[in-house]
Amino acid sequence: MELREVISTGNDLAAEAAVDAGCMFFGGYPITPSSEIMHTISDLLPAVGGVAIQMEDEIAGIACAIGAGMTGHRAMTATSGPGISLKAENLGLAQMAEVPLVVVDVMRGGPSTGLPTRVSQGDVRQAKNPSHGDYRSITLCAGNLAECYTETVRAFNLADRFMQPVIVLLDETIGHMHGKAVIPTAEEVKKGIVPRKTFTGAPEDYRPYGVGSDEPAVLNPMFQGYRYHFTGLHHDAKGFPTEEIETCRKLIQRLEDKVMMHTDELELNEEFMCDDLEENDVLIIAYGSVSLAAKEAIRHLRAEGIKAGLFRPITLWPSPAARIKHFTDKVKNVLCVELNIRQYTEEVERVSSRLDIHGLYKVNGRAISPYEIVNKVKEII
Amino acid sequence: MAFNYDQYLRLEKMPTLWCWGCGDGVILKAVIRAIETCGWKQDDVCVVSGIGCSGRFSSYVDFNTVHTTHGRTVAFATGIKLMHPDKHVICVAGDGDALAIGGNHTIHGCRRNIDIKLIVINNFIYGLTNSQTSPTTPQGMWTVSQKSGNIDPTFNACDLAIAAGASFVARETILDPKKLEKVLVKGFQHRGFAFFDVMSNCHINLGRKNKMQSAMENLEWIDSITTPLKKWEALSDEEKLNKFPTGILKHNENAREYCDMYEDVKAYHQGKRKAITQDDFAKKI
Repeated sequence: MELREVISTGNDLAAEAAVDAGCMFFGGYPITPSSEIMHTISDLLPAVGGVAIQMEDEIAGIACAIGAGMTGHRAMTATSGPGISLKAENLGLAQMAEVPLVVVDVMRGGPSTGLPTRVSQGDVRQAKNPSHGDYRSITLCAGNLAECYTETVRAFNLADRFMQPVIVLLDETIGHMHGKAVIPTAEEVKKGIVPRKTFTGAPEDYRPYGVGSDEPAVLNPMFQGYRYHFTGLHHDAKGFPTEEIETCRKLIQRLEDKVMMHTDELELNEEFMCDDLEENDVLIIAYGSVSLAAKEAIRHLRAEGIKAGLFRPITLWPSPAARIKHFTDKVKNVLCVELNIRQYTEEVERVSSRLDIHGLYKVNGRAISPYEIVNKVKEII
Repeated sequence: MAFNYDQYLRLEKMPTLWCWGCGDGVILKAVIRAIETCGWKQDDVCVVSGIGCSGRFSSYVDFNTVHTTHGRTVAFATGIKLMHPDKHVICVAGDGDALAIGGNHTIHGCRRNIDIKLIVINNFIYGLTNSQTSPTTPQGMWTVSQKSGNIDPTFNACDLAIAAGASFVARETILDPKKLEKVLVKGFQHRGFAFFDVMSNCHINLGRKNKMQSAMENLEWIDSITTPLKKWEALSDEEKLNKFPTGILKHNENAREYCDMYEDVKAYHQGKRKAITQDDFAKKI
């Protein structure tokens, strides 16, 4: 793969990735610490014939992006935690109507207005189930500058593959980080784009939601002769509202299965110095900007003769259950490090069936330093 | 020859779930006739609706159709229209949908003057959910959420749209479907945000405790509170208080449409024009 070196910020890289991935529409509303994404993409999109619009509120920001997505274009919105709270209902509509969309959430301290300019990973649990009802969220989490680019690109491709919103979690530290990143060239990104599936038969034979039990809807672009119906109601194969018992059951089961039966296409992890871990060593589980401190801590610990490794999920939801279990079965000392209170630890406990997972949590808007992790590891071994 | 609606309807969805005597069907037919008069192809039209009785409008008509969340029609339509400025985007919303939960989007759609046609089916009540107060329910009327009588002051929907900057604003009732159709055609052919306050009956859920249990009684009341703009202008201030003017209340053909203005943004970022400045606009503040 052809790579290039850039000097940029996480938020700018997310905006550039969107445009390189073929995004043609951005709808947003100003919110710290994500606003720079809108600032940058509002220059980039019109230059390539696309549209970026600042809407009247967070709800309208996602609604117009879903509208653009319904017409067949790649679309994005960006926000922070309070914005996800407001966008939640329409995230549910996009799940139900199976409209692809990328939502970048640059996390800040919460709940409520919280700590607007400071770092947090408090939206991890929210990203799993932002809206009511049964569906499976796909949530990716960038752990360094380059991934602000590559994970945004991946989000667009997954959104079209699975026909649903994909959330990209950055955090304030990563979003505002400025530095060098090695990323694929725009040409490489373009080569990797797999367009949405479309139906090419006769319009009268078109069944946008009449697909296999683990397949996403096939939604043709609007205004091209295939007139169908989008709705947030339970709907039949043609997209029209129904309360028919079996149709309703199958629809919601399909929303579950189209993701959960294909988690192999979603899973992406980094395993840092994990190869030589044995029973009495230390496994750190961390994601996002925290993983940078964890890696630094592991280098210090290893220099002192303490063998530690990092397991970093990049796809947070659905969680890499089998891989987490593999490590938690093998290593006795497991430490989750998060800028929240136990939001992913609870998932690690669930998939590992272990209740002795150690945790290091910080919720005061400040980053966790490598030394705090080093000290915590020494305390638990 | 009688107008043949079949081509525009999803006949397999008939009958509608609207109550017997509901005005929504009259509006549906008027919209179809207006679209035909405009010569718009079905593939080029997108109808966006929200939640409530009016929300079902989109599922009955054979266009590209979108049934959105409550109140968000104009916001969804904005994304659709901006990506396809040459297509025709019509929003259908109720008074609760467009003026309460979606009020913000209505205001800002008007302000941007984006070429969206917003038809507010105004029946003065939340009909689908059994008679809760809406922003247009007259004070003193019974609602299920204000059984002592509604104390909430009402919106004049058209005044709101005019103040917010819509370039085409009209009010009609279902009492004269021909006139409604004509006004719809005018608004559809206008390039810019077109706002229609279409007064309709809900004898079932507005009328049931407000002495209008039949469609006719409800329509007689609508007739009594409306009068054509010319006649309305001649009324005293006291008389105007209890009459809504009907007809085209505002039609500004010079206001620039939002998608057209966005072309300037594209041109700037593509190096084809200078930055947009205040000199580009007659109105500076």
